[in-house]
Amino acid sequence: MSAAAAAVLTSDPVRREPVYELSSVTKVYPRRNVHALDKVDLTLERGSFSAVIGSSGCGKSTLLKIMAGLHTPSAGRVVLAGKPVTGPRRDIGMMFQQATLFPWRTTIENIVLPIEIRDGKRAARAKHEDARRLLELVGLKGFEHVYPNELSGGMAQRAAICRMLITEPAVLLLDEPFSALDELSREFMNMELQRVCLARDATAFLVTHSIPEAVILSDIVYVMKPRPGRIVEAVTIDLPRPRTLDMMTTPRFGALVDHIRGRLDKEAFL
Amino acid sequence: MSVAEVIRDQNDPADTVWVEHVSWIDRVPRAISMIALFIAFVALWQIATMLQLISPIILPTPIEVARDLYSVAANLLSGDYMLFALWTTMKEVFYGFIIATVIGFSLGVLVGETTFGERAVMPYLVAIDTMPKIAFAPLFVAWLGFDIHSKVALAAFIATFPIIVGTAAGLHAADENARMLFKTMGATRWQTLIKLKLPTGLPHFFTGLKIGSVGVMAGAITGEFLGGGKGFGELIRVAASMLDTPRVFSLIIYLSLVGLSLFAFVTWMQRRFVFWHKDRTSAADA
Ligand SMILES: Nc1ncnc2c1ncn2[C@@H]1O[C@H](COP(=O)(O)OP(=O)(O)OP(=O)(O)O)[C@@H](O)[C@H]1O
Ligand SMILES: [Mg+2]
Repeated sequence: MSAAAAAVLTSDPVRREPVYELSSVTKVYPRRNVHALDKVDLTLERGSFSAVIGSSGCGKSTLLKIMAGLHTPSAGRVVLAGKPVTGPRRDIGMMFQQATLFPWRTTIENIVLPIEIRDGKRAARAKHEDARRLLELVGLKGFEHVYPNELSGGMAQRAAICRMLITEPAVLLLDEPFSALDELSREFMNMELQRVCLARDATAFLVTHSIPEAVILSDIVYVMKPRPGRIVEAVTIDLPRPRTLDMMTTPRFGALVDHIRGRLDKEAFL
Repeated sequence: MSVAEVIRDQNDPADTVWVEHVSWIDRVPRAISMIALFIAFVALWQIATMLQLISPIILPTPIEVARDLYSVAANLLSGDYMLFALWTTMKEVFYGFIIATVIGFSLGVLVGETTFGERAVMPYLVAIDTMPKIAFAPLFVAWLGFDIHSKVALAAFIATFPIIVGTAAGLHAADENARMLFKTMGATRWQTLIKLKLPTGLPHFFTGLKIGSVGVMAGAITGEFLGGGKGFGELIRVAASMLDTPRVFSLIIYLSLVGLSLFAFVTWMQRRFVFWHKDRTSAADA
């Protein structure tokens, strides 16, 4: 890919088709009367990677849960692939900070659990081959029949990625998926995540507290501010794809990180 | 009791290592320490009775008890009336435990899974649970007669509550993340119950079963004390009324073997079904 082609990648006309459309999504938790989200408008394009960053308690998880259909918004509309989101959907894959593998299931049984719940045990068994391929993709070959308490934190989180991917979701919603990992595994996992997303042309939306993580992965970083939670800026990241960890030392990367940090600092983190 | 000590290498002071120092009493194998403790206890008992510190009517000597254990064993093995009594009590315990498990589990699911159960049923269960359940024994006798039915009922009645509590607590044990995950996968309520809440709650359920297995014995014997019948409890009552204390002791020992086997059976089931909880075995599980 030439430098010129890379520069226009984020504004590539082919990638303009919107998948997720949120319009004036508002959420008030009646208990304690918390105004968690205020008129959030958000459009995610197919195959794009976006991250949202903001101080603790500014409503990031709330936004993600509304997008996933786990919470209902107090007002506003959420549309995914042309259809309003009214509950959990098959075309959404989610990942949380905890891997949450079930100790009574082997790794592979954990991975095919979404299939088992959706289509039954027989369909799940038919997916074992796919699950094995996914495990190989994330470097867990040979751990199919191991129980989760024998996996390390990073391995468990990788298995959780496989579980998310087994249903071949078009959209990935990620709530601080790697924040429980050490720095090195985290960077490694981020590159894995990018590879998976590019390979499947998946649309991803990541909640994170790490500015470098948001920048290295995303096409757009949304900056959120609290009370009430709202998106105050969308920063376009014009680094070429595929991203590499080496890019984290480039001046452009540093400038983008500094810019976002500046936006966040204005509203004190504490 | 372990003490960590610094052992210094004479030649190289930098080569300082921490060695965990385990006191000798903690290094004795478990079986040996248990046997040693048992022997010490029996010896003290023998000495106390030999020195006539306690009246032999109140406390028999260990040797008398041992002799009686032997004659009870002979009676049991010859298939005499004691075997029949033991069989009667075991039936009461068995049926009582089965009934308590079925009712306890069902009510536990009702209370733990439904809002109606939690709001409307639970307060009544708590109210009944705080009553002295043994006081119901005469009622059960009045309703069900002097046969084993009244004893089964009392045994089940006592054992049901811990199983309800264990089941209900277990259903609440799944954490927010796991519930959220099941929700994202579009799991139905039934699937969430079967594939998430019940497996997560299994350790709590077994804790309830263990407490219930102790209660069921107590219930059966109390039922026999208060409602007559032909079980082991009745033998104990008769022996005690004749001040045959060695017999009372040996009957209690045999009875405790029944309770112990039930407890061991539940523990074995737990090991089998909750195989992922390996490293949380307490002394009570062993
Ligand atoms: N179920 C709930 N009931 C009431 N208030 C809630 C609930 N969930 C979240 N909140 C409130 O909504 C606000 C936003 O919470 P949210 O979890 O979305 O924040 P967050 O940005 O994800 O924070 P963090 O970075 O710490 O995860 C907080 O003030 C929180 O107290
Ligand atoms: Mg959050």
